[in-house]
Amino acid sequence: MLATAGDGFVFAARAIGEACRPPFEARETLRQLYELGWRSVPLIGAAGFAVGIVLSMHTRSSLERFGAEALIPAGLAIALVRETGPLVAGLLLSGRIGAGIGAELGAMKVTEQVDALEALAVDSFRYLVVTRVVACVVALPLLTTLMNFTGMLGGWAAETAISGMSFDLYFRSAFSLIGFADYVPSTIKTMVFGFVIATVASYLGLNTSRGTEGVGLASTRAVVYSSILLIAVNVLLVRIIFFLFPESV
Amino acid sequence: MTADAPSAIRLVGLSKAFGSLTVLDDVTLDVRRGHALCILGRSGTGKSVTLKSIVGLIRPDHGEVYVGDDAITELDSRGLSRVRRNIGFLFQNSALFDSISVGENVAFPLRRHTDLSPREIEQKARAKLAAVGLEQDYAKMPAELSGGMRKRAALARAMALDPPILLADEPSAGLDPITAEEIDLLLVRTKEAGATLVVVTHNIPSARTIADELAFLHEGRVLARGSVEDLDRSEEPLVKQFMRSESGG
Repeated sequence: MLATAGDGFVFAARAIGEACRPPFEARETLRQLYELGWRSVPLIGAAGFAVGIVLSMHTRSSLERFGAEALIPAGLAIALVRETGPLVAGLLLSGRIGAGIGAELGAMKVTEQVDALEALAVDSFRYLVVTRVVACVVALPLLTTLMNFTGMLGGWAAETAISGMSFDLYFRSAFSLIGFADYVPSTIKTMVFGFVIATVASYLGLNTSRGTEGVGLASTRAVVYSSILLIAVNVLLVRIIFFLFPESV
Repeated sequence: MTADAPSAIRLVGLSKAFGSLTVLDDVTLDVRRGHALCILGRSGTGKSVTLKSIVGLIRPDHGEVYVGDDAITELDSRGLSRVRRNIGFLFQNSALFDSISVGENVAFPLRRHTDLSPREIEQKARAKLAAVGLEQDYAKMPAELSGGMRKRAALARAMALDPPILLADEPSAGLDPITAEEIDLLLVRTKEAGATLVVVTHNIPSARTIADELAFLHEGRVLARGSVEDLDRSEEPLVKQFMRSESGG
């Protein structure tokens, strides 16, 4: 267990080191950005909208007791932007992206496609791992921003159905209490989530053995391990954000 | 092709074990430039491991591998990459990249290692596919091909850069006799064009067509080595049995 953790740490450190060193695999990174990022847009958009509706209903039922319905848009926006959006997006993507990377690299490993890359004088680590890590680090903040936005749209849809609040009023109210310290640190945090998901899934995929059974195992473990690690890292990052941005407490 | 041509590949005292299983045990071989060596032997006797050691995919426990003047076991990743550009490798299970088309598989090394224009790359990839009888299959995905067609596409990819050294792991396995003969003749033409070949095969007729020299591996050791005629005359029971089997061992 400790040896695996150590290997994983070295793997992650290598990914950071190689990402900073040319040559950069721009074409493959863009392809991964499309595959991992753009193709996650429907999932994140739909999930964000649904989360926004549910959060709005819960927020309304809580604030109604104090006669503070006017704070529903702002309360929902703060909850989404600070924590719910980044965490839900991270967990959803650890499922979609983590499973995808784990299975794809695992299958490439057991069918000798990784060896084929090396035999073709291509650095398989840079081509397969670094491109996915960079794509995830770039995609996660963008997808989280999308989730925040569709979440607010869902919140407005729920609110307007109940109270008839206008789109303009809802969003002016929602953004009235959100500042730089709410959006930027929590969104940057998702870059770390992207790094965690891609490195964990890539590590497990490239260490696949035992044929198709191993591929399934790598895929499942990629989701489980990256989700657990993501939640643990989130606790640490929230502490760091509170320390660096005391105004966000 | 001359008998005193310099060595293109030399294996010196090569040993490799996986756990308690010794796969190669003090194997010494050399292949002269422009010659073809066929490695014969029963399954699990270390033939594929020998090929992978030559291209640096497997590091031997003991011994040295030389490709030209380069000691493969002492090269860093950049050095290995430089040497690998001069080696084509056909994997036993084809190892085509299954996320891109057959044509893109063949074009892949051309895109990575040449300055050819996209049009020239496509023309060359199509020509390589035509040489293995797959000119109509450029746009197909690997999953749409039969096992034999995948093997031929992988051979086209291995030969895309016209490498001076070609390593082929069972090139005619799974092919019908006519296609197998065409592949054999293609390998002979490649040799006649000056390339050095190392071919692992169970197919004795193929070995007779392609090889200038045969090496028979058994339990990780070179049991017999010499010309086709030498092995035909061998008194070693296993070698005798193998050489008499027209369909392979």
